[in-house]
Amino acid sequence: MSLRTLEASYAARGRELLAATSVDFAPGRLHAIVGPNGAGKSTLLRLLAGEWRPSRGSVALDGRDLREWAPAALARRRALLPQQHSLSFPFTAAEVVALGRLHTRRHKAEVERAIVAEALASCGAAQLAGRLYPQLSGGERARVQLARVLAQIRDEADGARWLLLDEPTAHLDLAFQHACLRLAREWSRCGVGVIAVLHDPNLVLAYADDVLVLDAGRAVAVGAPRDVLDAALMRQVFGLAARRIELADGTHWLAVGADG
Amino acid sequence: MNRPTSLALVGGTLGAAVLASLAWALLTGPLAIDAAQVAAALTGAANRLGAAQHTVLFDLRLPRALAALTIGGALAVAGCTFQAVLRNPLADPSFIGVSGGAAVSAAACLAGLHLVPSLTLPPQLLIALGALLGGLGAAVLVLRIARLDGDTQPITLLLAGLAVNAFAAGLLGLIAYGASDPTLRAITLWLFGSLGRAGWTELAVAMPLMVVASLLLWRQAASLNALLLGEAEAAHIGVDVARLKRGCIALAVVCTALSVALAGVIGFIGLMVPHMLRLLVGPDHRALLPLSFLGGAALLGAADNVARLALQPAEVPVGIVCALLGAPFFLGLLLRWRRSPELA
Repeated sequence: MSLRTLEASYAARGRELLAATSVDFAPGRLHAIVGPNGAGKSTLLRLLAGEWRPSRGSVALDGRDLREWAPAALARRRALLPQQHSLSFPFTAAEVVALGRLHTRRHKAEVERAIVAEALASCGAAQLAGRLYPQLSGGERARVQLARVLAQIRDEADGARWLLLDEPTAHLDLAFQHACLRLAREWSRCGVGVIAVLHDPNLVLAYADDVLVLDAGRAVAVGAPRDVLDAALMRQVFGLAARRIELADGTHWLAVGADG
Repeated sequence: MNRPTSLALVGGTLGAAVLASLAWALLTGPLAIDAAQVAAALTGAANRLGAAQHTVLFDLRLPRALAALTIGGALAVAGCTFQAVLRNPLADPSFIGVSGGAAVSAAACLAGLHLVPSLTLPPQLLIALGALLGGLGAAVLVLRIARLDGDTQPITLLLAGLAVNAFAAGLLGLIAYGASDPTLRAITLWLFGSLGRAGWTELAVAMPLMVVASLLLWRQAASLNALLLGEAEAAHIGVDVARLKRGCIALAVVCTALSVALAGVIGFIGLMVPHMLRLLVGPDHRALLPLSFLGGAALLGAADNVARLALQPAEVPVGIVCALLGAPFFLGLLLRWRRSPELA
């Protein structure tokens, strides 16, 4: 039971966005992917979601190549929150969340309504339910979209479910960034495999079980955040001068100086 | 909810409007036939119509009214579908070149008919087939041109449609230039859009197909909703996007091309009706598609009545009435869109 890439690479127009990468993700854990802009993080996530086919190698869910999965069956097993959203038609927030249930709908209308309301509430967006999506702010839209992908894989499936998040914290204020990752960790504790692209190393240290570091299309480090995210790696990958700090409560932090 | 209008109210109003425009079409015209006579004739009760009245009612007004309702509905459904598949609220079958391609191809078939002396197919069927092929060809061409990196560019789409339409108009002019008198009249009809030629034979070919295509599109409503999120997002939710797009575009082309074969190029119906209904009931295609059919039927039915009656005894092509209504609407839409693109 896993989601894994086997020597999967991706090239577009002769440019290699991701070199041959083999990674294995386990359900029930929160995996973070970090790396500089253009390192191939979103590419890897798209390969894992089956949105893009690897140029070489393969991606498999439960040992079965993603190519062999029917779209509807895959939709019940994994959801992806993209980085950008381009919905411009005037759906209400609740209708947007309900769209996620296209291939999971087996319940009565009132149960479905309750599921939508519950998903919105868990993302702190209950009060947005009746508002028109195009009129929401960037952060509000991000929360509604998160609720949509949560609603998509809310029902138990015949195998572990996967939640793929591409920079879920991008448009969120500080409080919602933490709320979002607490929620992601809760879902992982219920057996869902969560894979999130994150930029803030302190969020990774605080919430992730595992971290994969990508640089220039290559996996350069993988392991527990405390073992991987140190001053040497920050200098090597980001060119930043950083200090690791351990507080009395046992938490670890990375402080980045103003001059880099 | 932000939407005060109930579906039942909108549906009921549009249904009543369709019936009203049908009654209006049957009861008005140069020859007087009153409501009691029409009701009696339609229900098969005692025939109180004279021979001329009978012909006018059953061979002229009824098929023409049914054609107006079906074509209006099919065009609105086609517009709504193109807007969803292309995720562009400005897509109208006549803007993106589909109608133009269908018109040229149909005209070419008509002009070429006398060159084939022993024809086994009825000409109406041949013209409909020609329109289908032309519409499909234009759709494929325009969509290919407008597609970049897997995304359809709204501006390129409208410009490519413009170019195809200009080319189509040129070809139509060329065919008209070399055509004999009856062909010329028919080609003028395709240029302006008129329901004057719709008879039972044409209707028997096109109407069932347009209704079936509209119903099949309705069946895809939930997937079309998902497509509005974006093609990648729809795929993640479990929609087979390539298949959905291919199927829906083909069905929308069927609706458009058969309308053109019957009545020529009638613009703006596919733009105005879905747009106004989206403001009333929202973008959910499960409601929007059937309501668009009703709204398009009522609008084109009413427009054709105006076209028949405005300048009696002469008749204005209904395409001109629609253009006079639709062009200002489109400009208003553009102004609104310029200010807040996300609400158009």
